[in-house]
Parts: sequence; structure tokens; C-alpha cells
Amino acid sequence: MTDKTAPSDASTDTRDAAPGEETIARNEPAAGVPGYLLGYGLAILLTAGSFVAARTGLIYQPAVISALVVLALAQIGVHLVFFLHLTTGPDNTNNILALAFGVLIVALIVLGSVWIMDHLDQNMPPMKPQQLALLARCPAERLPGGVGDGPCGA
Amino acid sequence: MNDHFDTMPSDITAGSARRDPYMLGRSSGLRDGRSRQEGATGRGEGGPAPKFVTVTYGFWIFLLSDIIMFSAFFASYAVLVNATDSGPTGKQLFDLTRVAVQTGLLLTSTFTAGMASLAIERRSMPGAQAWLVVTGVLGALFLLLEGQEFITMIGENAGPTRSAFLSAFFGLVGCHGVHVGLGVLWLGTMMAQLWVKGFRADILRRLHCFGLFWHALDIIWVAIFSLVYLLGASQ
Amino acid sequence: MLGKLDWSAIPFDQPIPLGAALIVFIAGLGVLGWITVKGYWPYLWHDWITSVDHKRIGVMYIVLAMLMLLRGFVDAIMMRTQQLLAIHGPGYLPPEHFDQIFSAHGTIMIFFASMPFMIGLMNFVVPLQLGIRDVAFPTLNSVSFWLTATGALLVNISLVVGEFARTGWLPYAPLSELAYSPGVGVDYYLWAIQISGVGTLLTGVNLVTTILKMRAPGMGYLRMPMFCWTSLASNLLIVAAFPILTATLAMLTLDRYLGFHFFTNEAGGNQMMFVNLIWAWGHPEVYILVLPAFGVFSEIFSTFSSKPLFGYRSMVAATMFICLVSFMVWLHHFFTMGAGANVNTAFGIATSVIAVGTGVKIYNWLFTMYGGRVRFETPMLWALGFVTTFTIGGMTGVLLAVPPADYVLHNSLFLVAHFHNVIISGVLFGAFAGFTFWFPKAFGFRLYEGWGKAAFWLTLLGFILVFAPLYAVGLEGMTRRLQHIEVDAWVPWIVIAASGIAVMLVGAACQIAQLFLSIRDRDQLRDDTGDPWDGRSLEWSTPSPPPPFNFAHQPHVENEEPYWSMKQRVIDGQDPRTDRHYEPIDMPKNTPTGFVTAFFATVIGFALIWHIWWLSILGFLGAYATFVVFAWRDQAEIVIPAEEVERIDCDRTAAQMAWLRRGEQVR
Repeated sequence: MTDKTAPSDASTDTRDAAPGEETIARNEPAAGVPGYLLGYGLAILLTAGSFVAARTGLIYQPAVISALVVLALAQIGVHLVFFLHLTTGPDNTNNILALAFGVLIVALIVLGSVWIMDHLDQNMPPMKPQQLALLARCPAERLPGGVGDGPCGA
Repeated sequence: MNDHFDTMPSDITAGSARRDPYMLGRSSGLRDGRSRQEGATGRGEGGPAPKFVTVTYGFWIFLLSDIIMFSAFFASYAVLVNATDSGPTGKQLFDLTRVAVQTGLLLTSTFTAGMASLAIERRSMPGAQAWLVVTGVLGALFLLLEGQEFITMIGENAGPTRSAFLSAFFGLVGCHGVHVGLGVLWLGTMMAQLWVKGFRADILRRLHCFGLFWHALDIIWVAIFSLVYLLGASQ
Repeated sequence: MLGKLDWSAIPFDQPIPLGAALIVFIAGLGVLGWITVKGYWPYLWHDWITSVDHKRIGVMYIVLAMLMLLRGFVDAIMMRTQQLLAIHGPGYLPPEHFDQIFSAHGTIMIFFASMPFMIGLMNFVVPLQLGIRDVAFPTLNSVSFWLTATGALLVNISLVVGEFARTGWLPYAPLSELAYSPGVGVDYYLWAIQISGVGTLLTGVNLVTTILKMRAPGMGYLRMPMFCWTSLASNLLIVAAFPILTATLAMLTLDRYLGFHFFTNEAGGNQMMFVNLIWAWGHPEVYILVLPAFGVFSEIFSTFSSKPLFGYRSMVAATMFICLVSFMVWLHHFFTMGAGANVNTAFGIATSVIAVGTGVKIYNWLFTMYGGRVRFETPMLWALGFVTTFTIGGMTGVLLAVPPADYVLHNSLFLVAHFHNVIISGVLFGAFAGFTFWFPKAFGFRLYEGWGKAAFWLTLLGFILVFAPLYAVGLEGMTRRLQHIEVDAWVPWIVIAASGIAVMLVGAACQIAQLFLSIRDRDQLRDDTGDPWDGRSLEWSTPSPPPPFNFAHQPHVENEEPYWSMKQRVIDGQDPRTDRHYEPIDMPKNTPTGFVTAFFATVIGFALIWHIWWLSILGFLGAYATFVVFAWRDQAEIVIPAEEVERIDCDRTAAQMAWLRRGEQVR
């Protein structure tokens, strides 16, 4: 993206590409208008795939979540390659490393939180079904004394 | 070993597959001054990067931090998704037709943002402005639909104050909406600036950053429509 | 019209905060008056407030940090004396005031003393060490600083107008929810931290980009000074962790302002999620603070042992290891929250593992000194004090990493002693060490050694006297944040701790005396060489204070210790400055953008705290207008002409070259 008005701002540095900069050769699939069209088409296909997976019985119900995650990841990949022009080339090393760090943190936060929060009642004694039913009916602050004390303290 | 530097062209296609893209044959960069200068990939000995690279890389880092912020909202949503407090669930609330339209709008706008960046690369002012305005309008339509959804839900007593699930839903989707809104504001400002100042180097950098921002928002939306709407509606 | 704000917000019935505020107010007026009388406003405005020079911004960060350090220290004195006076009695601080004191102490010390101190050091030193002329985004840097200052200002406004949070330094839900904290205290906390958090995040982006993209030619990753490596790790952590804080506090804000139910008791809200998310930020934050300090110590151990750093590569590896693993240990802050054995074990092991990285560093520092010619000057004393006491703090940390032990010690003063043990000896000693180490570089004169040594020994002694008893009394079962004490067995320990803080106070006085006397006698303490400590990295190759452009010629780096090798060449009779040709230098232009943005941020924050909605909208419009005006400017840089560069360079380097040649005869 060299500009005649700003010669000092040239970025045709072969060692170091800016994120999102098209360093892909013109004859490759991800370049120029055809590249965007291809990315757009793939993204539409994958989106449609997600909707089909969720809305029809085509996929075994318990596996829908996996299908959705896989399709979403694939579409994110399409976006990264065709719209954000990430490549595995050496000029993109810094960009990829930063992305990898971000992805790691995102995974740690989301998966870690779900894991931790899922475990929180591990040390609690199991509740009897009628206690659970009571808990569902009464908001916490209206409970007298504890769960087992009787009906909502009206 | 060292001779491919002599054939290395300086045009934008450098690094394509025809020319040893991984620079496996590069020299260790320590033998003489010249190869140290050129063979700097991976060692970082090449000196300060051009301003364009620096600015967009900084913005890239910012975007990653933004995505991490979203991940905290996603984590909250994942933890609170079943805390409906006997209120409405996602299955009862989500209107997938609207979500499909929203997805189409945002996906198209990310495509038009790409077209805009190509027009900018050609230095075509009408092309750039036209594609940018399409991008902005699509973003605004997306926001309109989201606003309509929120108002409908609040009207049905399914607002964020109803349950923790709905708080998390409004927090996550609303956070994305705020980003889209800020993006549209930024885009409008940039269009005015481009119109007045022309293709100046700093404006080109900012437009490129806007493109990154817009594509990243679409990536967030992919996660939202898959994991919030579709998953919520299918369970 | 004014939201919740009325005259009742000012605590006329509470003499202590009102008196303190009055003193601060009068002192502030006095300073402003003095500046006006002396006619310093134009100088302040042009050379400091609107400056985008990374060195000046770094200095301003450190000034802010030192002021806030004093404020936090006053809070600490009040807590210790309250506990001393409240044995079987009420003491002098009522509970609601005591709660504000410990909340403000933690908030101020972490966010507005330690963070700005470390960021200030990084801002000042990193570009100089990398051999470049400024950070990647100079204006953004100024915005970051002023946003941090805004946060500090809001916290201090809460002293007079309204109240501060009574929830502890992390406002745990549901205590911090509207139902249990209806006042504005938590709102002050939220907006102050959000605004300064934006500033910190932008600093992180700025410095990561600077370090990864803007090093001098030849300075490969494995030639960066260790301080740059730890800064890189620390800023990566900022970029990755602060968004979590922003999101978490935004959720709490939504709960409080719009009736959401993220962390409430009702409607399915989950308080534990707040604890979980806040510590997902909070643990990396610990390393954000301590990693730059590790870098400072690495530089100091190497410089004052006259040896290269031992195990440079293992140090780099340990730093990046800590950077990654610090994101995998956050649960150890809430082992007792009720997670099952699998979760607690995993995080307990991860916590013990992260200590390995620090252990590697400790050994590297020890081996750096081994066989070296160690000079016991003030920065080195702080570093030695750090190594000895930090190791103890680290070991009690490993003790707390064992979940069953943590069940006993959780929330006790043992924990309080542990984290003060690591934060004071790690971060605070690191800050003071860096301050004394780079002060001559920033101002061109040294600090008095005698006062510095006195300050070190008194602070170290006071620090041990305060916190060693707290370990003991924690083991005896005393919990943290007690407003009064009813157990006689604890009393001796509390008395010793209170005496310790008196010693620390004298240490702090020595430090202030050192600063003032050194400024007074600056002509005697002048350092013309630019290299008062016989340094090894590039910052010492510039004159002190460095010219605005740092380096007249961009340095070319050929090894890990560029300035050391430059000095060696001079000793061998070569002149390193063969390049006598000067070129004009483009430098970023000063801009008031940062200051104006911060002004509007203050308005927004204050308006939102008091629910003055129209004012906050005005603030947002003003901030947007500021950005547009900034974006519209046509000229972003000024050119320093070649003659000017030559003049500055020749003036300032003459003395330095004379000194370098004198080294020829000595060696």
C-alpha cells in the first residue's frame, strides 16, 4: 500500500507484513476481488450450514453443539484467511503469534470459567428433590432460616 | 544459500509461493552486514518497522484485547445460560429469521468493507466512498434489527432485569451492538475525513484499521449467532 | 439537575476526612499559587502537560505514583494505629470509615501507586534501551497517562464529595451490589478503575507494539536488555488481562445502574462468577506489577556486579513462562469457594509450578553476583533487600498454594502478610531501585547516597517489623480487615507491627529528604557522563538528561550489551562516534489531546457517579470532538534541523567523551 503522497510510509517490507495487509500474490485464491468473493461465498455456505445443523434434524441432537462449534471455527478461519489475510508466511509471524496468544487466553477464560463454575457445588451435600423444588419456588431472600425449614416464610 | 536475496524483488508479491515463502534457504544473517539487514525475519534485527506496519500491528493487539473482553462476556453467558429464574429461555425468545437476516447484513458488510479496501488501494475516491457507505448502511440496518429485537424482548417482560440468563444475553449481544455502533460512528468520521483530506498516509492507516475492526466484529458475531442464538434455539 | 449530588455528600460531621481534604486542598492551592506567582504555567503546559515525549510522560507517571504512594501509606498508618488503639475499644475510626480506609489503601496502592510507577519506569527506559526515539504511539501515551491521572483524581475526590467503597479493594459481589452498597462509594471505584484501566490498556498496546516493532537495527529479540523482555511480558499481560477487568466491572456497573442480574442474589445471578472473573484479571495483574520490577533488578544486578546477566536466555524463557502460566492459576485466590478436588488440585499444582519460573530468576541473580565486582550502592541495596525478603514471601506463597493449607489460612493476616511480603519487596523495592538507578539519567544529577542508604535500611527494617508479626498473628487466627481487636494473645504482635510502621515512616521521610536535598544541591551532584553507574545498555550511551530525540544517530546493535562494547572499543582506542554527519530529525508534535480527553473523562466519570446524565452526555460529546479535532490535524511532526541536532549532540557528548577517554587510563 505505497502512496505517492507519502513516500516515507511505504510498507512493502518483505520481512514484516501489517495485519490484514494483502501480501498474497495476485495469482493466489485469496487475493483481490476473487479472494473476497470466495471468502464471502464460503462464509455464506458455512453460515447456512450452521442454521441447517441447528434447525433441522439432520444432525444427531446431542452432537449439534459440536457441529456448531466446528462450523463456527471454520467460518472464523475463513474470515481470518480471506478477509484478514493471515498467512503462515514468515512475514506474518508476529501477527500469528499475537493471535495465538489471544486465542489461548480466550480459551483459558471461557473453558476455565465454565469448568470452575461447574464445580462449585461439588462440596455441597446433595439436595433432596423436594428441597430443590422448594428452592425453585422461593427466591433466596424470602427463605426463612434454611432450605429445609418448611414452605416459603410467608 | 544466500543468493535468493539477490533475486528478491521489492514489489508487493514478494513472499509468494514461487519464491521460497518460508525463507527456509535464508542465511543465518550473521555473515555480513547486508544479509543481517535483509535476513532479519524471525530474529527481529531489521530495525524499526514502517509506520504502516507499526500502526496496524498496534491496532491488531488492541483488537485481540477486545476479543478477550468479549470472551469474559461469553464466559458469563456460558455460566449463566441456565439461570433463567423460571423465566423465558432462549428457545422461547430467539427469532432465528431475524438472526439470519442480521447475519446476512453483517457478513455482506464485511464483504463490502473488503471491497472498500480494494477501492482504496486503487485510490478511487468514488469507489471507496460508495463501498464505505454501503458498509455503514448495512451496519446501521443490523443495529436497527438488534434494537427491534431488544425492544420486543423488553416488551415481553424478557428484559435484562428478568433473569441472570437475560442479563448475560443482553450484556454479550449489547456489547457487540455497542461496538458496531461505535464502528459506524468511526466510519462516518473517516468518510468525512477521506473526503476532505484525500488519500493521506495517516488516513490510509486508519481506514485499514477500520477494516480490521469491522472484520473482527464479524468474527465475534459468528461466535454469537452460533453459540448464543443457534445453540440456544436448538436446545 | 445534579442527580444524587447535594450538600449532604460533603462529610461535614466527620472531622478526619474533612480535615485531610482541607489540608490537601490548601496544599494544592498553595502549589497552584506558587506556580502562578513564579510564572511556570507556560513552561508546565508546553513542556509537560502537552508533551508526548516518552521520557516526560514517564516522569509524570512516577510523580503521580509517588503522590499516590504517600496517600496509600497514610491509609496504612491509619489502619495500623486504629488496630493498636482499638484493643477492647472503639479506636478512632468508626467501622464505616475504617472500611473505606482499607478499600482505598488497596485500590490506591495497586492501581495508582504500583501501576503508574512501573508504567512510568517502562515508559522512560524502554525506548532508550531499544535505541529508538519514542514509543510507537506518542499521543496515545499522553492520553494513557492523563486517563490514569483521572482515575486517581476521582478516587481522591471521593474523600470529600461522597464516600469511597467499603467493599475491599476488589468489590466482591453481592456486597458491592446496589442492595448492600447503596451509596456512591462503589461507583467511585468502578468509574475510577474503568477510566484508568482504559489508560493502562492503551499503554499495554503501545509498549507491546514498541518493543516488537521498533527496536534499533540489529537489536534482535535475544539482544534486548532484560528489562525490555520483562516489560514485553508485563504489557502482553496488560493487553490480555485488563479487558477481563473492564468486562467484569462493566457487568457490575450494569447490575448497579440498570438492574441487571450478573452477580446479584436474586434472579439467578452468580456472585461466584464475579470472584472468578475478577481473579482471572487479578492474578495476571500480580505479574504485571512484578515482572517489570524483575527487569529492574536484572539490570541492577548485572550493572553493579560489573558482569553480564547470568543465564540471559533462561531468564527470557522464565519470563515468558511466567507470562503464560500466570493465566492458569487464578483459582488459588478462592480455593475455599467450594470447587471440587480436581479443580483445586489442578490450580494448586499450577501455582506451585509458576514459582519455578521465579526460582530460576532468583538463581540467575545470585549467579550474576557470583564472581562479580559487587558495588553496594543504593539501587543494589534495594535489589539485595528484594532477593532476601522476596524469597520468603514466595515461599509462604507456595505454602498458600496447597489447598488444604489455604483452607486454614484463607482471609487471615497470614495471607495479608504474604502478599505484602511479595508486593513490597518485589514491586515497591523494584520501584525504588529503578527510581534511584535511572534518576541520574532522567535529570542529569545523582541522588544523595547517604539518605538513600538510610531510607533503604529503615524501610527494610520497618517492613520486616510490620509483616513478620502479621504472619505470626495470622497463624494464631486473626482475620484481615478487623476494625477492633478483642483477643489478648494478638496484642503484642499488633504493637510490634505498629512500631514497624513508625520505622517505615522515618524511612519514607528519608526518601523525601533525599529527593529534596538532592534537588537543592543538584549542581554538586551533577553527572556529566551520562553513565554514573558504569552501565551496560543503550540508555547510558545518551547524555543525561537525554535530548528530546534520544539518539542523534540511530544506534546499530551488534550484541547483547551494546553500550558496554562501545566503551570497550573506546578503551581499545577507537572512537565509536565516527559518524559526524547529522540529519534533521522528525519528532512527534506536542498536543493537548491527552489532557483534554482526560478532562472530559473526569467529567464523564463524575457525572456518571452522581447520575447527572446530561453532564455525562456532554462529556462524551466533548471527548468525541477532541478525537475528531486530533484526527483532523495536518501536521503530526515537527522537524529538528540538523544544525540543532549537531549542537545538542556536541554540547552534551563532549563531557561524556572526555569521561570515556579517562576510562582508558584507569583500565
